[in-house]
Parts: sequence; structure tokens; C-alpha cells
Amino acid sequence: MAVEERDEHTGYLTTGHEWNGIKELNRPVPTVIWLFLTTAFLAALACWILLPAWPLGNTYTRGLLKADQRQRVTEEIAEAASKRSASVARIESMPFDEIRSDPDLMRNVIETGRTLFGDNCAACHGKTGHGGPGFPSLADNAWLWGGDADAVAETIRIGINSDHPETRTSQMLAFGHDGLLDRESILNVVAYVRSLSDPASAQGHPEAVSAGEKVFASSCAACHGKDGGGNTAMGAPNLTDQFWIYGGDEESIFSTLTYGRKGHMPQWESRLTPVQRKILALYVAGLGNGKEK
Amino acid sequence: MVSTLTKNERHFAFIISVSVAMCGLVMAAAGRNDLLGTHGFIVFFFALGVTFILARGYYDPEPGDERFSAYYDEPIKAGIILAMSWAVFAMFVGDWVAWLLAYPELTFDEPWASFGRLRPVHTTGIIFGFGGNALIATLFHVMQRTARARMPDQLSPWFVLIGYNLFCVLAVTGYPLGITQSKEYAEPEWYADIWLVIVWVTYLALYLRTLARRQEPHIYVANWYFLAFILVVAVLHIVNNLALPISLSSAKSFPIFSGVQDAMTQWWYGHNAVAFFLTAGFLGMMYYYLPTRAKRPIFSYRLSIISFWGITFLYMWAGSHHLHYTALPQWVQTLGMSFSLMLLVPSWASAGNALLTLNGAWHRVRDDATLRFMMVAAVFYGVSTFEGSFLAIRPVNSLSHYTDWTIGHVHAGALGWVALITFGAIYSLVPILWKRDRIYSPALVEVHFWLALAGTLIYVFAMWNSGIVQGLMWRTYTASGTLAYSFMDSVVAMHPYYIARAIGGLLFLVGTVIGFYNIWMTIRTPINIPRDLASDHPVTEHAGAPAAEPAE
Repeated sequence: MAVEERDEHTGYLTTGHEWNGIKELNRPVPTVIWLFLTTAFLAALACWILLPAWPLGNTYTRGLLKADQRQRVTEEIAEAASKRSASVARIESMPFDEIRSDPDLMRNVIETGRTLFGDNCAACHGKTGHGGPGFPSLADNAWLWGGDADAVAETIRIGINSDHPETRTSQMLAFGHDGLLDRESILNVVAYVRSLSDPASAQGHPEAVSAGEKVFASSCAACHGKDGGGNTAMGAPNLTDQFWIYGGDEESIFSTLTYGRKGHMPQWESRLTPVQRKILALYVAGLGNGKEK
Repeated sequence: MVSTLTKNERHFAFIISVSVAMCGLVMAAAGRNDLLGTHGFIVFFFALGVTFILARGYYDPEPGDERFSAYYDEPIKAGIILAMSWAVFAMFVGDWVAWLLAYPELTFDEPWASFGRLRPVHTTGIIFGFGGNALIATLFHVMQRTARARMPDQLSPWFVLIGYNLFCVLAVTGYPLGITQSKEYAEPEWYADIWLVIVWVTYLALYLRTLARRQEPHIYVANWYFLAFILVVAVLHIVNNLALPISLSSAKSFPIFSGVQDAMTQWWYGHNAVAFFLTAGFLGMMYYYLPTRAKRPIFSYRLSIISFWGITFLYMWAGSHHLHYTALPQWVQTLGMSFSLMLLVPSWASAGNALLTLNGAWHRVRDDATLRFMMVAAVFYGVSTFEGSFLAIRPVNSLSHYTDWTIGHVHAGALGWVALITFGAIYSLVPILWKRDRIYSPALVEVHFWLALAGTLIYVFAMWNSGIVQGLMWRTYTASGTLAYSFMDSVVAMHPYYIARAIGGLLFLVGTVIGFYNIWMTIRTPINIPRDLASDHPVTEHAGAPAAEPAE
């Protein structure tokens, strides 16, 4: 039978049971625990009285506060929208130049544009818009489809090689892979193209450069222009500057000529509102220190 | 291992392992065009390995009747080694994914090395591999001692232990291959789930059979928790994993619930897995090893009753706090929140009962790192249950949800409570089981303690900071009324905290490796039976002098 013992340290009796040496004190539950329990139960009771809480068949107790999270979200969204409505209306109706000449509105555009850019564009173009291999930098002065705000807005709206019916389309042909040019011609064109942005590279093989120039005139100039300056109507990049999407070294240019290129930018017409796209266009056009081409 | 089984049991064990091997072959054949086939081969080779071990010891001499005068501890030893092995493996993977979050390019462009596939290897390896094996081992120890009865047979504990580890192996090998049913902490697919049901029911039966043989009139508190753990985990596992495989030759299945019902079922499971696996089970562990190590009676038996029934009743309702501000109807959220609030009281009562039990033994806490492990575990149990109730309040949750605060909270519980109480229990248990008078190096236990504590604190503080920073960044508006930060901005802001977290995790991992080494070296020192183990034997019908200790 149970034999109760007195614990010397606390003075309490044990329950009289022992399990492999473990005993338990027969000490009453401390008052503070009852106090805590009561408080917690009362707090829960208050929740149930004030808030929607208990199911009743097809419905539930609504609570005295008549709280409804869906209604509240709808209201909060409406409230936030009305707070922004004045500036949104102005951005929507004003032409780009007018917006730019209004410093208050422009601060709004930059503030909002930075977050929009971070959430929608930075994954490819980088957090600061400097791009990366395969993704053009937006912070320089080289633009495939034009860098004024109208052109940028249009690119954002319809994308490049996207699923938008009006999409911008462009493609660099796979001259080597498809047999349009032989290997030697490609090497010559590589030499010529490099010399456009880096005249020093022509030293040592002037024949290749001049042979490349001839091939360029017949095969490349249609898109990239006679002088290689590019054509923003066709999305053909300028080859005479220092900005390269896929790399400007011999190997990269050779690869581009051999296998072609067809970049992709998604369309944003179905994902962003016209005002958001307008803000982004202004923000992106301003990334190259406001210099437009 | 085999020599402790009777002839009959060896025979049954052989039939079981050959049948499992055959099942593996059938899976491999049926699933030859699917990932199921890979798992079929894993099952086959696993069972073949077990069959081989059985065959090697098949003709060993049978154990005599003297086995009834000692507890059956062989599977407990294996369970502890397995638990520590899983701990080292899964903490290593955990720290790996922590570095991966700080440096996302560390995936080597391999699908298996992506965060989404490695993370469940960490969580499953820790919760089920480390925690589960530690629970099985300590439960086998505690239930025999507190019932003063030997386990009813030798085969079922081995079946539970080995079968359970087969489940764990199927789980962690599946994720890198892409096998998952995408339910957090319930990722393994249907065939692994069915296997776990078989193992778990055997576990429950074994537990009840031992309890029925008890020689003590009363059932000790630890056993209330262990029974709640086994019973409720069975219910949770079965309901949350109700699913239809797309075909019997495919690993893929779909749950029978959909939409918000599926989400609610999942978090009813998820939160009660925390409650009954990671809390009730480990409270059972604490209720045995803490008072025996402190050599103090439990502070209050009546408080134990309040805590136990509070925890078992209130936890069941709390799961919906994982789905605040979602499509879940608001009334379900209110219920989840209010029950989470009430839950704080029995949780703190448990932590208090543990800490107050140490009154009169604080000098032991100071001198004995093993007991200190358990003391600090009780403190972290109190900290993380307070935090849990706090985070369950809807407006608080609107800041904390989806942030690293949740990760910090989970790790305050997982590192601070679950792992520390387990280390304390294992350090207490190893010398008893292997019949050594002490652990190989108490100094290394100290080192482990401080590494584990430092690692936990660094981890938790890093995640508290990053979580609150994240939550605030996501809700900061500009004067224009638009969001001030892009998601990317918040990711960049996390970088230093992620490095700190990975360092904290590394310290914890190093501590665990040292602990495993210390345990290993203890096992390798020569036997010297401590005197206070004289009463460590079951009460038998023909009780007399304890039999000679069996040769190791």
C-alpha cells in the first residue's frame, strides 16, 4: 500500500507512490495557477463573445463586434486606393514630360517605381537595373527598342517575343548553325564587329577586318545598320558601343553569330495596371541618370 | 541482437523480413517506370540486410529464462545509437540549407540540392529520425522501469524500431528524388504512410501490453504523456494522410481533402504533431529523467494532472492559428486563437513543475551539465510556449506570419526544448544502459552544453531579428501610399541574419558530434557496474535475488 513520506526540503508529504525511485509531492496546485487559468479562460470567453467563434450548423455566432475579416480587407483596400487616387489620376492623365516637370509627382513615381521594379523586373534586370549575361542593362544609354519613356512603356506593355498579340519581335539569325555563313566568314565578321567598338583589336589582322566588313554589309547591315549603329525599330542592338548583352569578347560574338539569339521579355499588360506601367516606364527611362537616347 | 530472440521469434522475424523484401520486389517491379521502383529497391535491400543479420545469428543459443529477471534493453541501445546518428546527419543537412539560404547559388545546379528538396530531409531527419528514435528508445526504458515489468516479448520492440527507421529512410531518400505529397511534416507518400501505420499500431500494442503487465498499482505521469503521444500521433497520421494514389504502380497520390479543408486538416495535424510528438512525448521523457537525475520528488502531483489534461484537451483546437487571415472562416481562426491563449497556462504549469522540482537540487544543476541540459530545456519549453500563444494572437500573427519569426519560434522549441531534453535524457541513460558508472568525459558534456546553448541563442536571436525586420518591411508604406520595399529588398536585408543563423546551427551541430563521440567512448570503456543499479530489474513473480547481469 501507499506509504506517504515527508519531504525534508519542502515539508510536504509525498503521494505515497514510488516508481523506480521517483516520488511526487502531494502539494496543492499553487493559487497563481488557478488565477492564470481563470484569466485565460475569461480572455477566451471574451474572444467568443466579441468575435465570430462557434459554429451553429450552417452558420456561426457572429460576435458583438460583428467583425468580418473579408469586409475589413475590402474596406482597407478601398481606403488605401482612395488615398492614392489623386496622384494616380494625375499620373494617368498627364503626359510623361509634364509628370517629369512636377517634382512632387516625380518623387511619388520614383518611390513607387523602385518597389514595382524590385518586385517585377529585378529578377532578370537586377536590383539596380544593371542587367546580367543575357539580360540587358537598363541603367546605361544603350536601348534595343528606344529609351524614351513612351518606347519603354510600350516595351513593358507588349513584351519582346512574348505571348502578346502585338509583341515586339526580333531575332538574330543562327548564321553558322543554319549554314548562312561559313566558318571563315563568321570569324571575319567577328573581327570586324569587335573593331567597331574597339579599334585597337583590328591591329594584326586588317585583312580579316576588311573581309568581315564586306560580309557585314551584305548580311548584317539590314538590321544593325551600315555603320553597325543598330536600329531601335527592329530591336537590333548598336554594335559600336561598349554595352553588350551576351558579351563582347571574341568567343561570345562567335557564339552569337553561330547559334543566333532570341531574347524574351514577358508582356505586362495583363499583370500591371496602366498607371503602374507608366510609373515603371518613367522609372526605367530615368535609370541611366535620366539620359535618354 | 539476434541472440536475445527466442527460436520462435527468430522464425517470425525471418518471415517478416522476407515478406518485406518480397513487398520491395513487387514495388520495384510494379513501379519500374516510376520513382516507386527506386523505393521498391530500397525496401528490398533494407529487408535483405535485416534478413542477413537474422540468418547469421539464427543458430545462436537461445536466451534462457533468466532473461525475465532483467529489463529488455537491447533495442534501447540500438535506438540511442540510431537517434544520435540521425541527429548528426539531419543537423548537418539543416546547417547546409541554412548556408544555402545565405548563399543561394550553392545548389550546384542540381535539382536534388535545391532548398525545397533538402529542407524536408532536415525536418524529417530531425523530428522523426532523431526525435522519433530518441522517443522510442527512452519510452522503452521508462515504461519498463515505471511499470517494473519487462516488455512482453523480444520481437515487437525490434519490429517497431527497425520498421520505424525503414519509414525514415523511405522519407529522406524520397525528397531528393522529388517524392513528396507536399504536406509539411507529412511529406512521405502513401506506401510509406501505410507502413508507418503498421509499425505504429505495433508500437501502441507493445506499449499497452507492457503497461498491462505492470507491477506498480499506479501509472506514472510520464506514461500518461507517452500514451497520449502514441495514440494521438496514430490518429493524426491516419487522418492527414488519407489519399488516393494515382495508380498502384506510382508513388504519387492526392489527398482526399481539397482547398481550405485540406489546409485545415494539414494544420490540425501539423500543430498536434508539435503537441503530441514534440511536446507530450518529450514531457514524458522529462518526467522520468529530470527527477531521477535531480534525485528530487516531483514538485506537485496535482499540478501534473492539470498540465496533462490542459495540454491534451486544449492543443487539439489550436491548429487553425496557422491559417490566420486566409480563406479559413474567421470563426475557426478565433477558436484557434482563443484555445492557443488558454494553452499557455498548462504549458507553463508543466515547465514550472519541472523547474520547481529542482528546488533542493540546484547545486546539482550547477555541477552536472546533464541535469543542466534538462533544466535549460524546461526554460526553453516555457519560452517557446509563451511565444507560441503570443504568435497565435491574430494581430501579432499579421506581423509574424510568413516571416523568419516562425522559424525562430520553431527552433526555440526544437533546439532549446526537444534537443536539449533529449541530450539530457541520453546522457543520463547511456551509463545506466551500458552499465558504466559515468559518462566517458563529463568535461565534454560541459562543452556540448555550452555549444548547444550558444548555438540555440545565436540561432533564435538571429531569426527573431530577421523575422521582425521582414514583417515590418513588408508592411511599411511610403508617403505616396505604396509599399516602401520590394520583396527583394527584404531578402537582401536578411543576409547577415542568415549567416548568423548558419553559424549558430554549426555550433549546435559541433556540440552534437562531440556528444556522439562521448557516448561512443562511454560504450567502449570497460564495464563497471555502478552500485545504484542494483534495483534496476523488473518485479518478477518468483522474485528473489536479481539474476547475474548478462554478459555484454
